Amino acid sequence: MSVLGVDPQRRTLTGWGRTAPSAADVAVPPGPDGVAALIASLRTGGDPPARGVLARGLGRSYGDAAQNAGGLVLDMTGCDRILSIDVDRGVVRVEAGVSIDTLTRTLLPLGLWLPVVPGTRQVTVGGAIAADVHGKNHHVSGSFGDHVLALDLVTADGALRTLTPDGPGAEAFWATVGGMGLTGVVVRATLSCVPAQTAYAVVRTERARDLDHLLELLAEDDPDPYSVAWFDALARGPRMGRAVLTRGRLARLDDLPARLAKRPTAFGGGGPGPGVPPMPYGLLNRATGRAFNELWFRKAPARPTTDVQPLGAFFQPLDGVRDWNRVYGPRGFCQYQFVVPPSETEAFRRAVALIADSGHPSCLNVLKRMGESSPGLLSFPAPGWTLAVDLPVGPGLDRLFHRLDDVVLGAGGRVYLAKDARLGPDAVEAMYPRLAEFRAARRVLDPEGLFVSDLARRVLL
Amino acid sequence: MLDATGRPRSLFLLGGTSDIALAVAERYAARTPGLRVVLAARPGERRDAAVGRLGDLGCEVHAVDLEARSVESHQDAVRAAAGHGDIDVAVVAYGLLGDNERAWTDVAAGTELAEVNFVGPLAAGILLGEQVRRQGHGIVVALSSVAAERPRRSNFVYGATKAGADAFFTGLGEALREHGGHVLVVRPGFVRSKMTAGLEPAPLATDPGRVADAVLAAVDARREQVWVPGAMRGVMVVLRHLPRPVFRRLPI
Repeated sequence: MSVLGVDPQRRTLTGWGRTAPSAADVAVPPGPDGVAALIASLRTGGDPPARGVLARGLGRSYGDAAQNAGGLVLDMTGCDRILSIDVDRGVVRVEAGVSIDTLTRTLLPLGLWLPVVPGTRQVTVGGAIAADVHGKNHHVSGSFGDHVLALDLVTADGALRTLTPDGPGAEAFWATVGGMGLTGVVVRATLSCVPAQTAYAVVRTERARDLDHLLELLAEDDPDPYSVAWFDALARGPRMGRAVLTRGRLARLDDLPARLAKRPTAFGGGGPGPGVPPMPYGLLNRATGRAFNELWFRKAPARPTTDVQPLGAFFQPLDGVRDWNRVYGPRGFCQYQFVVPPSETEAFRRAVALIADSGHPSCLNVLKRMGESSPGLLSFPAPGWTLAVDLPVGPGLDRLFHRLDDVVLGAGGRVYLAKDARLGPDAVEAMYPRLAEFRAARRVLDPEGLFVSDLARRVLL
Repeated sequence: MLDATGRPRSLFLLGGTSDIALAVAERYAARTPGLRVVLAARPGERRDAAVGRLGDLGCEVHAVDLEARSVESHQDAVRAAAGHGDIDVAVVAYGLLGDNERAWTDVAAGTELAEVNFVGPLAAGILLGEQVRRQGHGIVVALSSVAAERPRRSNFVYGATKAGADAFFTGLGEALREHGGHVLVVRPGFVRSKMTAGLEPAPLATDPGRVADAVLAAVDARREQVWVPGAMRGVMVVLRHLPRPVFRRLPI
């Protein structure tokens, strides 16, 4: 199959968790117009691919959201130009395949920063919109989609539509934000930025002795916009939920020591660092997991401290290690992230206990408070408590997830689709009350169901 | 597709009344509530019983006719299975042990074994391969035998047909790799089942449930070959390399 001189190559794709591989024909369109022409040609060609089309960015969704088994996948990393930057107004216009990494490296020297950055910079703007990603400041600034001023979407008819959050096309806009790539292909976006004087953050680090203490600290009114906690997912009994809480804000010039103030916007935050080689077996088991959790807790100072950290180290500590997902071995891993309403601290406690008691080892355990939901029909964030754990795939993991699903559902919470690799349709229907509206919007934009993914087939989006 | 925790949404059993196929289905049914099972077998009481058994476990069962000696019947069965949606896991389980003394002296008996154990599975493999390429994913589990590795005087016709199928499915796994497909070749030793009823169990004999456990574990680990019991692998490494004068004197 050759479409407009773009020769798709059959490739096996997985998400970042390296589970559930599937093969698709992968094409790299050279630019936004190429995407529109390609989609249009699929229609006029009279023979649209039987198993549909999907855009893929840098493949950082953990599950099967950016896979389309047997179909066509558009690798959007070829559409990676920054089109314009208005420094005075703080507005940047980009092609959707540009990574947050490239974008932040370009914006910082100009004194700009993105209002929402996720836990890795290795995501594309298109992917950030499709998953409506959030960051450590969600309770203050909302999610990525809240700062998108406009986006260009190529829909199934091959037309290019410009959508805005409250003007014409607002419905399609909020179906696309968080819509997991199922409304069409985002090819360009206009984003608002916030001013940043430096490439550093002022970070306060503090230990919490148990879950109660942690929830108390997180619930405090806090002058700092960024906050997140790492917690020990293996500690049980009275130490269950012991954690290290970090809170911070962007550093001003006068926060920097003289040594750093010479080049205040130099972005030191880790280029591609050392890589992890392919591994025949995972490194993570109960013993190493326990050791890591113990170490990580002890690494944090016993008394609260404040220091200045490079933005990359504060926001995306793991970006310094390439292919870190390989440490989980050939069977891969799942991330389970859920959010429950603020009043459901008991459910939250039960979930933490289930994970700690299960014996499934998790090291990257994140907990934070979330603010208001976005109008995105399938957006994940909702007010309350969110928790994420990374668990290597092994016997019994499906049963643990089932128990967690029950707790989350019972509390009126939901699981993040960009992380999920195993939910069924019934659970998703119960977790996302606006799913029917999303389906209706999708029927309008894509009546024949051209855009589809393995995730969409699995949970029937 | 299997999800990240190894749960398929659909299963296609060729030889759906085989004890091993049903044991595999029962185990997947326990993982996936409402698992869709397309059960291809000769119509009759045994198939009805199998449909009932899986239905009782909460499966959505569709029975399809399959005649192991007919290529057309394979085409119809695979088409019917694909008509219900993607095939996540297919199990090629039917087989015929036959009477070795008749099989090597009687053309009709010998070629019947070849048709059931080799030609039929080859047709199934080709058709399933086509479906896997279309889907971009899919797991094919092929029931081979340790007899495929080193046939004995007492089972060499059966062994020859299984050796052919074993080689074919091993190669099919390589061919389907780039298409997201995965083929598991299962080599059990003596399995106490309908097929071996009335025979004296060989050493390291196993049962359909153990074979099914090994199949699920191997699929989970994305292995391409599995011996049941596991110790059989080491035994076969030795047996494969024994000089014939020695092998022939072994009391097996």
